Parts: sequence; structure tokens; C-alpha cells
Amino acid sequence: MTLSSRVEQQLLQANGLDRTALVDALQSMYSGTIDFADIYLQSSVNESWVLEDGIVKDGSFHIEAGLGVRAIHGEKTGFAYADDISPAALQNAAAAARGIAAAGAHGTLPQLQSVKTPERYAATNPISTLNEAAKIDLLREVDAYARSLDKRVVEVIASISGSYDEVLVAGTDGIFATDSRPLVRLNCTVLVEQNGKRERGSAGGGARVGYDYFLAAEGSLQPRWQDYAKEAVRQALVNLEAQAAPAGTMPVVLGSGWPGVLLHEAVGHGLEGDFNRKGASAYSGKMGELVASEHCTIVDDGTIADRRGSLSVDDEGTQAGYNVLIEKGRLVGYMQDKLNARLMGVAPTGNGRRESYAHLPMPRMTNTYMLAGEHEPSDIIASVKKGIYAPHFAGGQVDITSGKFVFSASEAYLIEDGKITAPIKGATLIGNGPEAMCQVSMVGNDLALDAGVGVCGKDGQSVPVGVGQPTLKLDALTVGGTA
Amino acid sequence: MSSVQSASSVVTTAELHEEMREVETAVATALEQAQKLGSSAAECAISRSRGINVGTRLGEVETVEFNQDGALGITLYVGQQKGSASTTDLSSNAIRAAVEKAFDIARYTSPDPYAGLAPAELMATDIPDLDLCHPADQSADYALEQALACENHALQLDPRIVNSDGAGYSSHVGYRVYGNSHGFLAGYLQSRHSLSCSLIAKSGDAMQRDYSYTVARHKDDLWTPQQVAEDAAQSTLARLDSRKISTASVPVIFRADVANSLFGHFVGAISGGNLYRKSSFLLDHLGKQVLPEWLTITEQPHLRGALGSSPFDHEGLATTEKNIVTNGVLETYLLTSYAARKMQMQPTGHAGGIHNWSVSHGEQSLADLCRDMGTGLLVTELMGQGVNLVNGDYSRGAAGFWVENGEIQYPVEEITIAGNLKDMLKSIVAIGNDVDYRHGVRTGSVLLENLKIAGN
Repeated sequence: MTLSSRVEQQLLQANGLDRTALVDALQSMYSGTIDFADIYLQSSVNESWVLEDGIVKDGSFHIEAGLGVRAIHGEKTGFAYADDISPAALQNAAAAARGIAAAGAHGTLPQLQSVKTPERYAATNPISTLNEAAKIDLLREVDAYARSLDKRVVEVIASISGSYDEVLVAGTDGIFATDSRPLVRLNCTVLVEQNGKRERGSAGGGARVGYDYFLAAEGSLQPRWQDYAKEAVRQALVNLEAQAAPAGTMPVVLGSGWPGVLLHEAVGHGLEGDFNRKGASAYSGKMGELVASEHCTIVDDGTIADRRGSLSVDDEGTQAGYNVLIEKGRLVGYMQDKLNARLMGVAPTGNGRRESYAHLPMPRMTNTYMLAGEHEPSDIIASVKKGIYAPHFAGGQVDITSGKFVFSASEAYLIEDGKITAPIKGATLIGNGPEAMCQVSMVGNDLALDAGVGVCGKDGQSVPVGVGQPTLKLDALTVGGTA
Repeated sequence: MSSVQSASSVVTTAELHEEMREVETAVATALEQAQKLGSSAAECAISRSRGINVGTRLGEVETVEFNQDGALGITLYVGQQKGSASTTDLSSNAIRAAVEKAFDIARYTSPDPYAGLAPAELMATDIPDLDLCHPADQSADYALEQALACENHALQLDPRIVNSDGAGYSSHVGYRVYGNSHGFLAGYLQSRHSLSCSLIAKSGDAMQRDYSYTVARHKDDLWTPQQVAEDAAQSTLARLDSRKISTASVPVIFRADVANSLFGHFVGAISGGNLYRKSSFLLDHLGKQVLPEWLTITEQPHLRGALGSSPFDHEGLATTEKNIVTNGVLETYLLTSYAARKMQMQPTGHAGGIHNWSVSHGEQSLADLCRDMGTGLLVTELMGQGVNLVNGDYSRGAAGFWVENGEIQYPVEEITIAGNLKDMLKSIVAIGNDVDYRHGVRTGSVLLENLKIAGN
């Protein structure tokens, strides 16, 4: 049985449905003023195991299945969902969703055509890639290893989680697509204490793979889980020594990898199709214009094998793509779902994503990163007389309309006369998206993607994403310290 | 048990009660199954809600969403070993599968001496009707009428309002049921209605967005669509021509609608999970001065019809009226039974969160506070997550207004404010009488002695 037909079997036949039932439901909606309708079926399982105080205290398991139906008329969307998959649920949801439109003649439904699904990750349920005892042993090893690294480690919280989603989407545009999406994550948080002072450090990673990913090595000779534990302890110890961060506007050098959260906030959200169609983004109407320095080429790339933010097809059945958003500083592309692409007269870009069957699709990022430049990272540091270097961040937020964004450093240092000196406390950095991106004056040759931990929230919906960038310098950004 | 609600149905509390009784039976069955499998204790909760969520934009319908959400969660114990599972499918087969899965997990977890249910003798025995459920018309027509009335009013208020992020109306009813193997099994109905509006104004090339909202358990307690529109318009217009200011240390007022976030961090700092992990800047502060002497915080979980009311907490413990802070002194931590056992204290009825806090305040209006401040910053928006509860370090993005000679001078943006929460809480100078009732923490605007502002 092919993968696609297995998903079809699980989501349709096992619930008393088949393609004909989907076509009938689509046909029932595709009349009068309805421009487009689709049906989304999903089954999902996830588990998590948490170690604390040296023992695995809790494990949890969640199972969910349901369907969502939407009907679109112009800019209007009718949407209904049910937390079971059955012929009755499908009919009821279809009837409720099409309520937004006037009655009228039935449209002609094209034959459903299966979308070719490129294999970006293996269709393996990660939960069964390691047995329960081995998952627990892994967490215990993380705990013991983290504690062995430094006597000042007083607490370790380690967790692993895995999920497996099977989705099926069929639309009045004839699209019929399925996808099977594994996702795993391992996280290690440590608390260190020295002379009554306590600090936390946290690190982790993940991908669309099985749990054995954490047992394998990447770059170093040790397994990934050891890299995470080591990194968590290192960050916590650095923060023990941190002094107050400076306050004011100064040059800022961002490290490679996860600091790409800059791009996610300062650029990414502002280039999502919905905000631009509505003229609500600081980037609205700027297609073709310079919105960043010439050193910046930024892409959203859902095609990278096994990455956390990657997709074979998006939640509307469009193949994920490699989409250039900004090329040498010039705005060249938005990220689109079907609704916004149609209303803006462009093609969907494979960015139509939804948290689950109970949520509407929206234009969302996948893996967003800046391409490498030509500078040695050490030269970038050396070019700064007085500023800060921030290699790790907690997270960020953006106001799409004004363009203001923040992101919070969790590890940072002063740069004095071209050298990294004292560690400084975590501080929030704030800027205006297009203005900040025009301040990018040097881009490193060390492009790296994050370790696979990103979660993006928009309109109450969370989806896994990736970010990345080379080391880069912004000539001026506001640093929110106290000194 | 699942069906999509049709556009015209209006649920009555009698129907909801009946449905809740069925769900109570499902909870009881799950608990029995847990016992049969061999678990020594178990607890099970189901929350369900249904309703409608609509959005309009520029006077046109944008989305009509029919919502129905709910899940069953079971946690069981085999001796001191714990396992949890949840399912959105509430069929008897799915519930049995969830119980079995939780039991299976409990075979692999380690014995934790602190694991278990809350003490039987602390279970709520009286479940008062707190008047928390007032179903309203959940038809698309009514919901759209509210949202359109709001947005259309807003769009004609000022020519500088050039665009809109839309208005939204939502109305949900549902219930929460909790049972455990002490024999506790109870539930209560609840409702929530809200109306919001988000506007975009333009001056030159620069756009600004702001919003307003109203939320209540009874739809008649909502602000009118016109009030929401006018509040949103005023906030949005006030932001036009924002400037950046220079780096400085000045007094700061957190306007009431952002001041609750300060107390939100305080909630985190006195919550059991952060305390037993030694991850709070208020570790070992019980009975100590944490806020100014004139400040008292009370909790009233049984306020009739209030958004934060609840007859029992997520472990079945009775919720009771108490002082959290009296004359600045911390009177209680917020402890689940697990945290309480870890800390050798008593649980406080805060599993699942806090219930209607009221922060004491003076008789000054926000304008009075500005006059008292003289020169400083009035903060009306905070951005980002830059709060470290382990040591209290605080650094967040902000926007608001520059105040001089006690009067608002101009809007400011793209700045940060930074300090340490422990000092910030103690250095509260005054709290205004402009209490915002939409939040779990009801507080007026808060004047702080001094914070570092980073700007130009």
C-alpha cells in the first residue's frame, strides 16, 4: 500500500467515508456564490515524558481526530469543525460552513487529483521508534550528564515529546492531498546556584524524525542530547557571571542560527499575504522596493529534509516551496495561502498552514533564514568599537502595522574595542522592521539553522517553524538594559 | 456525542445541565475503569464549550466560525507512580483507551513520594451556584450585527482611521466537570461573550494600530459596540506621530490595562511550581514585605457572575476568599497539592490559577497620577517576554506617552523599560481608581518610582 493510500484508509475508509463522500460534500457546498471550499481531516497523537528531581514523574499521551470544513465567498469564510470523523459530522459541518453564501446554481466540480507529495521526511510515527524504557533511560542520562558537567547544577528538567499527524485535504479546485508528519523534541533546562545566586539555562532540539535522532551525533563526536545538556549548563553558568546590560542605541552583532528569530519578527510576519492584502503591514505596497540593506537575501524554505518547519504539502494541499522574500535588500515575494493568493492575483506559495482541523488556514512561515554573506564572524566582531554580541535569544514579538519588533537575548556579551568581553544580563532589543534591516552592514559566511525548537503563534494558532541566519551586524539597535 | 451546531440553535441552561450530567457519568465511568485496572487513585476532568466566533472587516463579513471544543483528561496513580492521557473523542471506547494509556504510562514513570490527589478532607463539599452561565443568541446574524455595528461606527469616527484589522464577536457556553477517586464529582456551567475592534490609523507614511475589547459572562454586561469602537479609535489615533525618546531613568505609570501584567509576574513568583524549583525571586518571602505597606490584594473566588469565579479548583478543593497580601506583607503562596507536599505546607485552592484578585487603590484618577508623576513615561503597551522570574530581571519593549508638567505631551514608541521586579513591586508609589475589570487581576494604573528607559 502506498503511503498516500494508507493515510486515506485511516482517515476515510476507517471512518465510513471515501472519496465519493468528500466529492458529495464539496459538491453540496459548491453552489451559488461559493468560490472555493475544502475539507480537512486530521488524526493526531502526541506524547511527552518529563524528568525532574532525578526521576521521570509524569508521562502523558493525547489523541485527537477531527475534520474541518470551510467555504469561501469573496473575502468571506464560513468554517465549521467536528471532533470526530464521520459521514454525519462531515455533512453537518459542510452545511454550517456554506451558510455564509447565497443559494444558487451548482458549480462544476473538477475531478479530484492526487497531489504528488514529495517525501521531505519519513512517514514513521516517532512514538514507536523507541520503547518506553529507553525513553526514560534517555532522560535519566540527560539528567546525570548535566549534573556531571558542573557541581553548581542543582536542578535538571529534561523532557522529550513526539507527535505524529496524518492529514488529508480535498478542495473544490480538485486538490486531493495527504501528508504524514512526525515531530520530536528534546529539551534540557538546568538551574545553577553559586553563593545563593541562581540562574537558568535551557537548550534543546528536534526535527521531523524518530527519537533515535537524539542518540546520533551532529558535528561533534557526542550524541545530540549531550550537546543540548552541555549547552544548557554553559548558558546558565555564563548568566551567573552576567553584569547589567547597557541601555541605549548601539551596534549589535547577532550570532548565527537561532538569532534568526530577528528575521522571523522583523521581516517574516510582515511579509505574510493576509496582512499585505489588507494593507495592514509595514511592508504593504512595497513590492520591488528596497526594504533591507543590499547584504540581505531572505528566504522561507519549507523543503529542507526533516526540518521542524518543513512540510511536504501545506494544509491546503499546496507543495511547500523555496520562496525568496527579499533579494539583496529588495522585496520580491510574500508568503501566501489560497485565499490571499486568489484575492491578490498571485499563486499560493505553500504557506497555508493551520494548527489543527479546528482552526482556519492562514499564511504562515516554514523555515525562514538569511543566506550567507562573505565575512568571517571574527571580522564582524572586530569591526565593533562598543556594542553587544548576542548569540542566544528567548523569543520575540512584532506589531505588523507599525513594524515595531522586540526579541529578548538570553545570552549576551559586551563588545569593547573589537573584542567580546563581559557577559551581560538578558535584555530586550527593540527596533522597527524595515529600518532595522537597513542597518544590517555585515553578514557572515557561517549560515546556520536553529536546532529545531521554534513555535510561532499567530491569531491564537501555534505551528512549528524554523529560523536561521549567519552572524550579522546591525549598526544601530536599541538595547533595553539597566546600565 | 459530537455534532456541529447549526447556525440558528440557542442553547438553554437546562439543556447544558442535562448534557453536563451525561458528561459527569462519563467521568465517573472513567474513574471506575481506572480503579478496575488497578490504579490506587485517579482524577478526571472534562471541559467543553461551544459557540460562534465571527469577524468583519471594512464593514463586510470576513469569517463565521462555529466552535465546539472539549477534551477529557485522566490522571491516575499506581502507588506513587503517575500517568496521564487525554482525548477529544468522548466516545466510551476512546475514553477507555485513554484510561488504559494512562495506566500503561504509570507503569514506566518513577515513584514520586509527592504524587497524588489533594487531601480528601479538603474537597469542596458545597458547590455554590455562582451565576456563571448566561447563554445568549449564538446565531451568525446576531453575532455579525454586533461586530458590524462596532466596526462601522469606528470607521466613521475620524478620517485618519484609514483601515481596519476588523471587529469580532464571540459567544461561548460550556461547562467544566471534575471528579476524583475520593468520591468528588462536580461541575459548573459557564459562558463568555466578547466584542473587539482593531483599527489602523495613518499619518504621513506611518501606520499605527490599536484595539479595544469587552468581555463578560452576561452579554448585557458587555460595553456597547459604540463604546468599544470609540475606545479603539481613541487609542489608535493617540498613537499617531509617535516618537522615540532618549535613554533616561524616570518614573513610570503602567496604565490599568497593562498594569495587571505586573501582578501576573507576581502570581508566577509566588506559585508553587516556581517556589519548589527555587526559581522565584520571591523564594522564602512568605510573611515578608513584598509590596508597599498601604497595598492589600484580596481574592474573591465566589463573586457572582465574575469572569474569574469558580466554586472549586482543578483538584476539587474549595476556593475561599482570602487576602493574598495584607499591608504589603505576603500572606500566602499559591500551592497545588503537589507543590504543598513538596514544601510541607497546605494546598491553597489555586490549582488552575487565581480567582478575581482586587488590588487596593487610592482615589486618584489616571490624570491625577500623571500630575503626581510630573515628568515621566505612561506605558500603554508592552511587548516581548523579557521577564526572568528566577532573579526578577525585567526588560520589555514598550509604547505609551511622554508626560511633562503632569500632562501628556506626545506618544512614544520603540523604547524598552527595564528594572528588577522585586524592586519594582516595592517601589509602587500609588495605584489609581481606574480599575480594569476585564482581567483576573483587577487593578488601577500603577505609578512606579523609577525605571530605566532605553531609547536614542
